[in-house]
Amino acid sequence: MRSLREALLAFRRAPLLSVLGIITIAFSLFAVGLFGLVAVNIKETIASVEERVEIRAFIAEGTPADAVAAAIGDVGSFPEVARVDYVSQEDALKRARRELGEFRDVFDAGFLPASIEVRLKPGFRSPDRVRSVAARIATYQFVDDVRYGQEWVEKLARIRNIAGIAGIALGLAFATVAVMIIGTTIRMAVLARSREIAIMRLVGATDGFIRRPFLIEGFVKGILGGGAALLLTWLASLLINRYIVSTSFFPMQLAVIGVLGGAIIGLLGSGVSVGRHLRRV
Amino acid sequence: MIRFTDVTKEYPRTGVALTDVSFHVAKGEFVFLTGPSGSGKSTILKLIYMEELPTVGEVRVSGLSTVDVKRAEIAKLRRKLGIVFQDFRLLEDRSAEANIAFALEVTGAPRSQIPSRVSRLLTQVGLASKASSFPRELSGGEQQRVAIARALVNEPYVLIADEPTGNLDDRATRGIFQLLREINASGTAVVMATHNLELIRRSDYRTIEINRGQIVFDSGEAKPVQPEELV
Ligand SMILES: Nc1ncnc2c1ncn2[C@@H]1O[C@H](COP(=O)(O)OP(=O)(O)OP(=O)(O)O)[C@@H](O)[C@H]1O
Ligand SMILES: [Mg+2]
Repeated sequence: MRSLREALLAFRRAPLLSVLGIITIAFSLFAVGLFGLVAVNIKETIASVEERVEIRAFIAEGTPADAVAAAIGDVGSFPEVARVDYVSQEDALKRARRELGEFRDVFDAGFLPASIEVRLKPGFRSPDRVRSVAARIATYQFVDDVRYGQEWVEKLARIRNIAGIAGIALGLAFATVAVMIIGTTIRMAVLARSREIAIMRLVGATDGFIRRPFLIEGFVKGILGGGAALLLTWLASLLINRYIVSTSFFPMQLAVIGVLGGAIIGLLGSGVSVGRHLRRV
Repeated sequence: MIRFTDVTKEYPRTGVALTDVSFHVAKGEFVFLTGPSGSGKSTILKLIYMEELPTVGEVRVSGLSTVDVKRAEIAKLRRKLGIVFQDFRLLEDRSAEANIAFALEVTGAPRSQIPSRVSRLLTQVGLASKASSFPRELSGGEQQRVAIARALVNEPYVLIADEPTGNLDDRATRGIFQLLREINASGTAVVMATHNLELIRRSDYRTIEINRGQIVFDSGEAKPVQPEELV
């Protein structure tokens, strides 16, 4: 209660420093937010490409329908498999005609074999998994051939790995810089009041008592800065959507986590700065 | 109440500031600490309010010993010590009464009691009319009175004053000294470091003189009764 009052007083006594602090926090987190936006969109793009990973097994002509149906049931129960579709010869022809437009007349029923199309669950689309599922499907007597675009799957996996590692490294770098900048800002706020802290100690204030208003102040600054950063990021994504490419924004939880992260950085930053300061006086 | 036992204090960079200092201050006593600049007066006071701890020896203040004191206990101790300095150490952005109230808030005094205690203290130090003035609107003597009021607000058993008149002219010095005498007369012990020999001469309080970190003279340590006084 008193701490809250003191924290508010601190804002009132040094409005410029407080506002500067909030702006600094906002911009450091904005940089993190922009990076996050890029990362989220790259990840989504890769995921949507990955969705097209599919295994196609061509079925020998004259295979009895119930054998194929049994195999479809079997394959559908593999843990990696999301869905299995049967593509009959007619379907294949229709599809080929649709996709190939002006050459449609070249095709003849019977020219294209029937097949089953297998899609994998997210998380099971790595080259190894795909290969292992393909191998299992290939063991059916009536399966002539299994295709899954091996080279393409491997390239995709490589891109995803590189993007993941780069994302983590860059994200850590951005976050570290943000934490350092925010820490410095808070240190300044603490140093600006070092005289006050010394006098508090002199008249017998306990460390906790001295620390509390700073913690509240740091927390509030973190929330305000984090909120402002979120707003800036959101505006940026609107602008990008309108003028450059269509992107998606953070899911709600991630946005909340970001703002809370700002608050926690503010809280911890204040705690550490005051603690360090107290140990020296 | 305050007892130094064979205290040696060595600072990390500047070396030995006190050597083998022992003395005792009784309840309600008035003690001058005097000696040349750099002799160790402020160091002795810092050891009393435990801003510094002895390198060798022990300082005991109202039941707490520097040997095993904890940080939280030091905070509690300071609520029972009043401390004033040459440079007043007031918060510039708060009025006189807010400065005094601050020392009460810090100790968690009930909020309802704060205004009446503050105004009683302001009256005691003769500043009732300047309650809402800010430090920059007060003379040096008046600022020191605010600082003394703040030091007294928690009813300490000892007032520690490090050259409280060092920045004041003669008139203000006499006023502050008079105030300290009154405070002492009401039962609070006073330990005052000063260069002002005039003050020491005009009163007959106990005087401890320090030179190069050692006690070279102590006028009145709870002296054993002299034989001639018996007859
Ligand atoms: N915090 C400190 N760190 C290192 N050395 C210190 C510190 N405080 C005091 N000293 C040293 O200890 C010695 C005694 O200093 P002290 O401040 O106690 O003297 P003093 O008697 O109060 O002097 P003055 O009359 O000038 O105030 C000096 O040599 C000083 O340099
Ligand atoms: Mg001194």
